[in-house]
Amino acid sequence: MSANNLLEVHNLRVRFATQDGEVEAVNGVNFSLAPGETLGIVGESGSGKSQTVLAIMGLLAGNGQASGKVVFGGKDLLTLGSRELNAVRGANIGMIFQDPMTSLNPFLRISTQLTESLVAHRGMSKKEALARAVEVLDAVHIPDAKNRVHYYPHEFSGGMRQRVMIAMALLCKPQLIIADEPTTALDVTVQAQILALLDELKRDFGVAIILITHDLGVVAGLCEKVMVMYGGQVMECAPLDDIFAHPRHPYTRGLLRSVPRLDGAGETRLATIPGNPPDLLHLPVGCPFSPRCPDVRDLCRSDRPLLRYQDADSARACHVPVEELT
Amino acid sequence: MSTPLLKLEDVRVHFPIADGFWHSRALKAVDGVSFELEAGSTLGVVGESGCGKSTLARAILGIHPPTSGRIWLDGTELTGLSRRAMQPHRRTMQIVFQDPLASLNPRMTVGEAIAEPLRVFRPELSAADRRRKVRQSMELVGLLPNQINRYPHEFSGGQCQRIGIARALVVEPKLLLCDEPVSALDVSIQAQIVNLLMDLQKEMGLALLFIAHDLSVVRHISDRVMVMYLGKTMELADRDTLYSQPQHPYTQALIGAVPIPDPVREREKEVTLLSGELPSPLSPPSGCVFRTRCPIAQEVCAQSVPALKPAERSPAAVACKFA
Repeated sequence: MSANNLLEVHNLRVRFATQDGEVEAVNGVNFSLAPGETLGIVGESGSGKSQTVLAIMGLLAGNGQASGKVVFGGKDLLTLGSRELNAVRGANIGMIFQDPMTSLNPFLRISTQLTESLVAHRGMSKKEALARAVEVLDAVHIPDAKNRVHYYPHEFSGGMRQRVMIAMALLCKPQLIIADEPTTALDVTVQAQILALLDELKRDFGVAIILITHDLGVVAGLCEKVMVMYGGQVMECAPLDDIFAHPRHPYTRGLLRSVPRLDGAGETRLATIPGNPPDLLHLPVGCPFSPRCPDVRDLCRSDRPLLRYQDADSARACHVPVEELT
Repeated sequence: MSTPLLKLEDVRVHFPIADGFWHSRALKAVDGVSFELEAGSTLGVVGESGCGKSTLARAILGIHPPTSGRIWLDGTELTGLSRRAMQPHRRTMQIVFQDPLASLNPRMTVGEAIAEPLRVFRPELSAADRRRKVRQSMELVGLLPNQINRYPHEFSGGQCQRIGIARALVVEPKLLLCDEPVSALDVSIQAQIVNLLMDLQKEMGLALLFIAHDLSVVRHISDRVMVMYLGKTMELADRDTLYSQPQHPYTQALIGAVPIPDPVREREKEVTLLSGELPSPLSPPSGCVFRTRCPIAQEVCAQSVPALKPAERSPAAVACKFA
């Protein structure tokens, strides 16, 4: 890992104490992100992709416990108190959530919600903050921003609300934006608008983005690096083109094959991954994917494969050599 | 030509919305939809939220009876039938809902849930016969018959959707309405359910009305596809025609907006971003409802509503003055 990385995550683990026992939601995740870089984290429900970023932001639920190291700006975020953490969150790291309606306060005007963090983090006056809020709403292409800044969230459509969320994340000119399924609740044509906007922000502001999604198409359009998670573990990570052209983990391969594609041949049957997503309370002893893996060996059921780097950028966690995969 | 299994003629579903104390306005959720569906085939219905695709399914089932227009099922006209007269026809058409867990009663075991339609439509069956049919239906959708006494919360989303499908199929319908049946499921599970529906269709000769917003899934499963926008049909064509030569500007925008899981193609792709947002269905634009977001709209588009007519350049039916 080099010194000029923006974010470094070392051996991140997240555990939840539940009535039914301890749940390992994230199990030893490592990655780094350079300034301006875009990382896509792909996985299905229960893969630990959301908990990974919530842990980074210190936003885990009360019964959750994170361990490992999350180094951002020379500090380990996991060791910071809430006051120090609040100086980083919102100011240097912005976050965009999936559902823009539930993550905006319905009782407060957008202007109140947008100026709050500027006054707190940047010490701006109300007037300066409002001017900056209008500027950012303009940047995310909300028409008539000067008047609309005084609207309530319900006065915006779903796509416009997501633009407001993005504006909110951008307010303090963060170096990193974490977007957790930012387009999942949106219609396709609106999704295309929002993705185009994120791409524009990446170019114009040089902001690094961690994009969490289950949609491989969204990743293909926006990211430079991809990390595939399953059952709380990283299965594979690689540069964008590599992972689509030469997926080297059975799960990544299965995932890519099971997506119906608009540019596909329209064959009659979809390839499937048999079985069901893992039950985090009863994860297998070995590889979490072993019960569903078409290439499973005896070793996979008893020993958990470690994430091994082939070169600086790509790694996979699989006992079976790439040449022997089906 | 044989009679189609399902035929809709100019179906409209309008909801009265209070506008002040004395007046009400009509929200035109479905506004003049016509199509035919042959037995054993699949019609995909695509469109974004608020386009009326779910209301359309509810109108066919009689949950929201159409305000005007006519619906025939298997040669019998459903519109105008009393509740009692409608009842036997309800068995012929069943529905699978979007949220697999919410569409199952949490207090009913899987066996009870699947047996429920039998109690309603086949009251003459003995308890033993009913149980036998429930088991058959469970096996059909890939559930283990020994799970019959479990409760929905013990199952994953994909399995709950299988239960929902088993419940719909236990009365042997001819038409299955699927309202976003896979959109709440993970990618790997989605493929399992799509394959299951296609297998069942072949096995039982089912006709499917497959409603979804995901164009890739619809392309995969459908024989014909109808594109809706603000309650109206924009384009209706066979699958290959629609996807390879989309004629309506809205269809073109929809298809262009779908992200392709291939970075090389994604970079080459030309995306026409639609401007603006979906207009309020309470005050839709005059003339063509799509004109406010249409990249090729002219003045003439505001003046009259374009009829769904055969396109010049493809075998599709298109509601656009320039197609």
